[in-house]
Amino acid sequence: MLDDFMLRAALAGIGVALAAAPLGCFVVWRRMAYFGDATAHAAILGVALSLLLSTSIFAGVLVVSLLMAILVSLLSGRGYAMDTLLGVMAHSALAFGLVAVSFVSGVRIDLMAYLFGDILAVGKGDLVLIAGGALLVMALVGWRWSSLLTATLDADLARANGIHPGREQLVLTLSLAVVVAVALKVVGVLLIAALLIIPAAAARPFCRTPEAMVLVAAVIGAASTSGGLQAAYWLDTPTGPTIVSLAAVVFVLCSLVDIGRRRLARMSSSDISS
Amino acid sequence: MPLLSIDDLRVVLGGQTILEGIDLQLECGEIVTLVGPNGSGKSTLLRTIIGALTPAGGRLVRRPGLTIGYVPQRLAIDPTLPMTVTRFLNLPRRRSGEAVQQALAQAGVPELSSHQLMSLSGGQRQRVLLARALLEKPDLLLLDEATQGLDHRGTADFYRQIERVRRETGCAILMVSHELHVVMRTSDRVICLDRHVCCQGTPERVLASPAYQALFGPDTADALAFYRHEHLRERDTASPALAQVGAAHSMGASA
Repeated sequence: MLDDFMLRAALAGIGVALAAAPLGCFVVWRRMAYFGDATAHAAILGVALSLLLSTSIFAGVLVVSLLMAILVSLLSGRGYAMDTLLGVMAHSALAFGLVAVSFVSGVRIDLMAYLFGDILAVGKGDLVLIAGGALLVMALVGWRWSSLLTATLDADLARANGIHPGREQLVLTLSLAVVVAVALKVVGVLLIAALLIIPAAAARPFCRTPEAMVLVAAVIGAASTSGGLQAAYWLDTPTGPTIVSLAAVVFVLCSLVDIGRRRLARMSSSDISS
Repeated sequence: MPLLSIDDLRVVLGGQTILEGIDLQLECGEIVTLVGPNGSGKSTLLRTIIGALTPAGGRLVRRPGLTIGYVPQRLAIDPTLPMTVTRFLNLPRRRSGEAVQQALAQAGVPELSSHQLMSLSGGQRQRVLLARALLEKPDLLLLDEATQGLDHRGTADFYRQIERVRRETGCAILMVSHELHVVMRTSDRVICLDRHVCCQGTPERVLASPAYQALFGPDTADALAFYRHEHLRERDTASPALAQVGAAHSMGASA
């Protein structure tokens, strides 16, 4: 049944969306968007190194993204202007990665696949990796859920409860590297951060609890990946960018609904007072 | 055995000595207030007690099994994080609905359980933080300038609530405050901090001490007069007008 490439692609997309949802929410809550970017962009360096060393792309990306994420974590909170520093690191990682890839002969044609993803080429082996990665991330975040939330609200509040905010940050860092590694095939390094942030941001107006936001983000993410896949098939457009475009359209619609709802609430409350 | 015993504590942050030679003992059920100018290490001391900072020297001994409730200066919650009051009170541990409702009632805000944390006013948010600290059934409650940003009325109400909490639960309270005139009334003991302990004792003794006056300026005499005046009145009938006068004095005092 997994012989159909469209089915494999759809499953891969849903797997990545499920892993990205809880993590994406934390990226939004903790204002780590640029952090996600830097980690994702470093993945191209991982691709180059794996090709040079003839190792598995997945492993290379995982290691390099993890190193990048740890480096950024270490540098944060040491008096650097974080957005500047992350901007430098995100784009340098991308540039160095692209330069490194050019040293590897014969992959120039494949570069687009790494930058924008190649979901239609997902094989059974990739599917196993994606499923494993998604399960790992969901288990990690689920296990640390309460501590992560407390540390996100306030570091000292967490410490007073015996939680180490640094250790929780490490859980997120590790999960981020795993998501980058599994999402590479689906949307590519340039658009991974979008898959993290957009569904979470679109879900925000409709949720009263963090758990609800993760759930809604997962639904929006899964709908965007499967919908984008179909749209790309009909329109003959690149799949990764189509998926992200669809997610962006959903985000705009959600924002419009939210704005309309607020207007209505304000109008009805001014009716009452007048 | 005291709840907390601090002996010759030294705390260094970023190569700078913030606290030095701190001795402090806290007994069951007492309310102790830390006063001191900005940068005197008041918050640092609280953060060391909760274990957020590691002392560079000295001893800090908690009574075995001591539970601490901590109320930070304020909670800067990101608007993207949806969170109801009930969900917040269930972090990091699940609590029974009864316990949550009881803590909210004890903090004086029983009606807020289903509200969004984001939509609360400053005073409501502080009370929710207080409720969360009370859920720990603390032996020791730590309040770090918990009334910052509240108006005089809100501040006075908040401290009345604190006194009530002590009466009902019998926990000890260690709090940092700038609102000298209000706090003096509720405190059993005041510790004046300026990287070291300048002076300590009953509120009246500290206000009168030369070390305290050297730190806060000669206007403190007015605060003392106000404090005495206020002390004679019934606690729960302080008029807003008087609170205003007191605030004006203490602002002069801390300038």
